[in-house]
Amino acid sequence: MATRIATVQRPKRDLEVQIYLWEVWKGLGVTFRHLFVNMGRHVLRSLGLGRVPGAVTIQYPEDPAMLGRRARTRHRLLKRADGSPRCTACLLCETICPAKCIRITAEDSPDVMVEKRAKTFDIDIGMCVFCGYCVEACPVDAIHMDSNEVEICSYTRKDMIWNIQELLGDKKKTPSAHPAPTHAASAPPKP
Amino acid sequence: MSPEKKPCKVNFNGKELPAYEGQLAIEVARDNGIDVPHYCYHPALGNPGNCRMCVVEVQGAPKPMVSCRLPVNEGMVIRSDSEVARRAQTSSLEFHLVNHPLDCPVCDQSGECGLQDYYMKNGRYESQVRKDKVHKRKRIQAGPHVMLDQERCVMCTRCTRFVDNVSKSHDLGVFQRGHKQFIDVTPGKTLDNPYSGNVVDVCPVGALTDRDFRFKVRVWYLDKTDSVCPGCARGCNISVHTNTKRPWHNGGKRVGRLKPRYNPDVNGYWMCDEGRYGYESVAGLDLDRLGRVMRLSPRQELSWDAALGELAGKLKARGAQTAVAASGMLSNEDWAALKKLSSAAGISRFFFAAEPDQVGEQDELLRRREKVPNLKGAEAAGFKSEGFDALSRDLEAGKLRVLYVVERDLTRVWGDRAKALLSKAELVIFQGPRKTGMADLAHYRLPATAYVEEDGHFTNFEGKVQRYFQALKPLGAARPDWRIFDDLRERLS
Repeated sequence: MATRIATVQRPKRDLEVQIYLWEVWKGLGVTFRHLFVNMGRHVLRSLGLGRVPGAVTIQYPEDPAMLGRRARTRHRLLKRADGSPRCTACLLCETICPAKCIRITAEDSPDVMVEKRAKTFDIDIGMCVFCGYCVEACPVDAIHMDSNEVEICSYTRKDMIWNIQELLGDKKKTPSAHPAPTHAASAPPKP
Repeated sequence: MSPEKKPCKVNFNGKELPAYEGQLAIEVARDNGIDVPHYCYHPALGNPGNCRMCVVEVQGAPKPMVSCRLPVNEGMVIRSDSEVARRAQTSSLEFHLVNHPLDCPVCDQSGECGLQDYYMKNGRYESQVRKDKVHKRKRIQAGPHVMLDQERCVMCTRCTRFVDNVSKSHDLGVFQRGHKQFIDVTPGKTLDNPYSGNVVDVCPVGALTDRDFRFKVRVWYLDKTDSVCPGCARGCNISVHTNTKRPWHNGGKRVGRLKPRYNPDVNGYWMCDEGRYGYESVAGLDLDRLGRVMRLSPRQELSWDAALGELAGKLKARGAQTAVAASGMLSNEDWAALKKLSSAAGISRFFFAAEPDQVGEQDELLRRREKVPNLKGAEAAGFKSEGFDALSRDLEAGKLRVLYVVERDLTRVWGDRAKALLSKAELVIFQGPRKTGMADLAHYRLPATAYVEEDGHFTNFEGKVQRYFQALKPLGAARPDWRIFDDLRERLS
């Protein structure tokens, strides 16, 4: 195979780039433009004139995050009026899932007209890409992504898997504690 | 068709197709790759013409006609894709769906369903029916292998024609009339004939589904590989449906189901229930598999190299006092390799005949007495089996010191005597895909591949050599039998 060599010129570093001051001024300009535009919006709205809302800083970890109404958050499974899970284990969400994070096994439902239900229904949130295809694929409206939970974290990958009780809300997800350091130095010396 | 077929030309969808006079229009279309939708017509079960799905427009005929009851003759002009024909097919489908529950998400047939397929092509997509659907019985255990759902049925009567004409067991029937009509098990009977699984195959919709396969794997996850059933000497052509993409389904088992594959010379469209549902115990696909090369006394896991080296040394010294106890599960390739190995090692005693452990029922349709696929292949390779009584006598007399057991469970041949007899031998080698009763009685355990994990050929009882293909990767360290024989032979010389 013939090798092609392409010569790439380095960009020239002239004085304007090297003293850097001009770029600093440009950046500060952006900052101050936002400051004054935002301040103007707040002042206009407080006078009852402006329509555009001003930006607000949220103290996020202390204050709750504000999520849009259509935000896709952690899945939850819905129930019928009698309290049984709506899911019929048709496996359409598992089929459509591009991240392959849904794992369902099916069994016979005690209700003949329902025919089928989920024996296990696990979602590996750690693998989920939050595309929402599972919600769209569901023919019985059994899965939603509207729990408004985005702070999902754990110390182990296994803890990222939510089972059917946890997704239905029947059981609270209790992540395991911080695993003890395993290296030998931290072990207490034996007497 | 009559013996003297008079060829003619038929114009089908604007193309001149070769046909015979009196041939059915639907068959002319099928032979030339044109798909005419149909439910009730089945090449092996006749053409009652009750589903009205295969309607076509015939030039000169006042109304559309059903192509499965339309004998063609010279110069006939037929269209299955014209506006009239399409509209007729759409309305037929609409009638089929009037009382269909549309529970595709929970239906096992979903993905291979005739209603779904034709709906995508000829559906109305908007129901004109304002009345409630007629409800019938669901989830009826028609027999040990078949689940019946009367609501999903389109009354094509393929299943009743199968039990009347093929299995001749008459255990399904049509009851009532009109929109209350339904298929049910004949009163006082259960659908337990030896070919009952075939009604699931012929059912174009989800009315008859497989209890063994129920809710295990969705059909779109399955891969299909052509294979040959190892259940008996018939060698029915089958398709092995494997699920490797989603291992958590089907309890981790890799083979989802077996389906018959059409071969007019061997099995037609059918296969028996023993082959269809007994595959785990027959061939040991995933059940209690051997995956490691083991020496049992002293117990140690060996590499193939080490084990074959040790065995070659022992076989060299005891070649004349060695017997091979095999079974008809070996492929033609295995037999050929065993032939070479035995001539290199000087082995002359072979035992592989079907004893009571491998003999079962036989009937006129498919099932054969010998429940192993390849005894003919052994004969063709030049082997001749002695009876297992001779083997037990010679073991007791001490004439045979080394026993090489290949894919045969001697505890099922000899019963309780097996342990005592095997302890007479100074070396017992067991090679096979499954543990069986032999695994703990042998001195060496060699894992071999199951038939779904190797390519090969079986020779059926009529002498037909049929190829089967590898569907799955071997488990653990398993190797095909022929390769083990060959490796052993190389180490002998």
